[in-house]
Amino acid sequence: MVARTAFPFLVVALAWEVTAHLGIFPRKLFPPLEEVAAALVRLTADGVLPHHVLDTLLRLLAGFALAAVAGVAIGFAMGRSRRAEDVFLPLVSIGAPIPGLAYAPLFLLWFGLGNMTAVWLVAFVSAFPIIFNTWTGVKAVKDIWVRSAQAMGADNRRLLHHVILPGALPYVLTGLRLGLAQAWRILVGVEMLAAVSWGLGWMIFGAREFLNTDVMLAGVAVIGAIGLALEKLVFQRLEQYTVVRWGMMS
Amino acid sequence: MTATTARIERATSAYRAGLTLLLAAACYEAVARSGAFPAALLPTLPKVASTLWALLLDGTMLEHAGYTMYRVLVGLALAVAVALPLGILMGRFRPVENFFLPLASALMPIPSLAWVPVFILWFGLGNTVAILIVFYAALFPMLLNTWSGVRAVNPLWLRAAGAMGADERALFWKVIIPGASPFIITGLRQAFLRAWIAVVGAEMLAASDWGLGWVIFDAKEFLNADVMLAALAVIGAIGFLFERLVFGSIERATVMRWGMVRTAKG
Repeated sequence: MVARTAFPFLVVALAWEVTAHLGIFPRKLFPPLEEVAAALVRLTADGVLPHHVLDTLLRLLAGFALAAVAGVAIGFAMGRSRRAEDVFLPLVSIGAPIPGLAYAPLFLLWFGLGNMTAVWLVAFVSAFPIIFNTWTGVKAVKDIWVRSAQAMGADNRRLLHHVILPGALPYVLTGLRLGLAQAWRILVGVEMLAAVSWGLGWMIFGAREFLNTDVMLAGVAVIGAIGLALEKLVFQRLEQYTVVRWGMMS
Repeated sequence: MTATTARIERATSAYRAGLTLLLAAACYEAVARSGAFPAALLPTLPKVASTLWALLLDGTMLEHAGYTMYRVLVGLALAVAVALPLGILMGRFRPVENFFLPLASALMPIPSLAWVPVFILWFGLGNTVAILIVFYAALFPMLLNTWSGVRAVNPLWLRAAGAMGADERALFWKVIIPGASPFIITGLRQAFLRAWIAVVGAEMLAASDWGLGWVIFDAKEFLNADVMLAALAVIGAIGFLFERLVFGSIERATVMRWGMVRTAKG
């Protein structure tokens, strides 16, 4: 199984190596893999890469936390109250189809270059999938569950805690997952635009000036690894502990 | 009785929705006119509307939109041309799946915009970078959806068609392709959304004089917030139109007519 998964990577790596060593493209632009690996080790050893990664992750967390709190709250309100739905739905449906990065220059004008722009933009953009999914989730809670809980004498608070929250959770988790993926995609782009002083997006964009293709490719690899880890480690665990254990999803 | 209450409820909903939008616009207008923020950063709505009108009339906005559409459509077409056959092959043949699936899962988590600096170095500023970024962004949703669509074709249908004497070609065109089409159309939809996001970013970073993303980014230099908001409106409108009109009608003409998904969904 491991050999089978590794095989395609070996083929691609070999093709890359051959192309790089044949010298069809300038070595500066198409470095062999050992140079990329060396760049990765060098940057990690002198602490530059960890600093970039840390700053990027902090920004991601701050933006995503804002989006999660606001998004779940708005989505919940929309699902529970018709009035809130009527108020928020038009606003959300106008804002959602515009690609997140299109707002970036506007945010740059309003908040200036740097952290504020990046965090607010990430929060703003990743809130939309969270709102939509929470809203759908609350509406998808089976009517019969709500009514049977009420018939058994559950008050509003217990209804919320024991029926609606767990019932909507699979959707909420899907929303958070989509939101985080969205946040990650936007963050890399906005770090390039907002000229933050540290951050992976800035690292690879800044490397362009000095034709450091090896640094860029090392950065791209790290970005991919973090994206994969967010998806696999964080959310699959979370799902295992909640909805899968409760038997709501397999 | 219930029909009338439903109608009244819908009317109140529409009324409230309209009221919200008006209120939001009024709030924005009040803040913009209050002078708390510089007018260049927060232009009033009539100003944005007149800028949009002027840009539409002199054709620049249309030209920008045309360049952006060209990049999106070429990139998307390339992605479909690669992902559709590959996805079908992956769904039909085990070795192909074993080879390409790990590669796809490793490349997919890399945001397309992370490739922008690398592609700029390789291909220079301009159209090629934007098209390739769109291609990269659109490739994976298309590929994975096609693959799962082909695998999700009911094996009973395959056997039934085989028992009725369908050869490989008929099986492919009459059973597998229509069977996988709901997934393929979903893939196309997601691919377009991704592509639409990616093209705006690519145009900002790999500036090339034309394109809606470039307009917005360029307007920042001159503090033209009205131009930005106007371009933002155009970007939103095109995305919305594509989603509703193009994909909606594709869906109606194919999978809905064949009765594979219910109309109520859309």
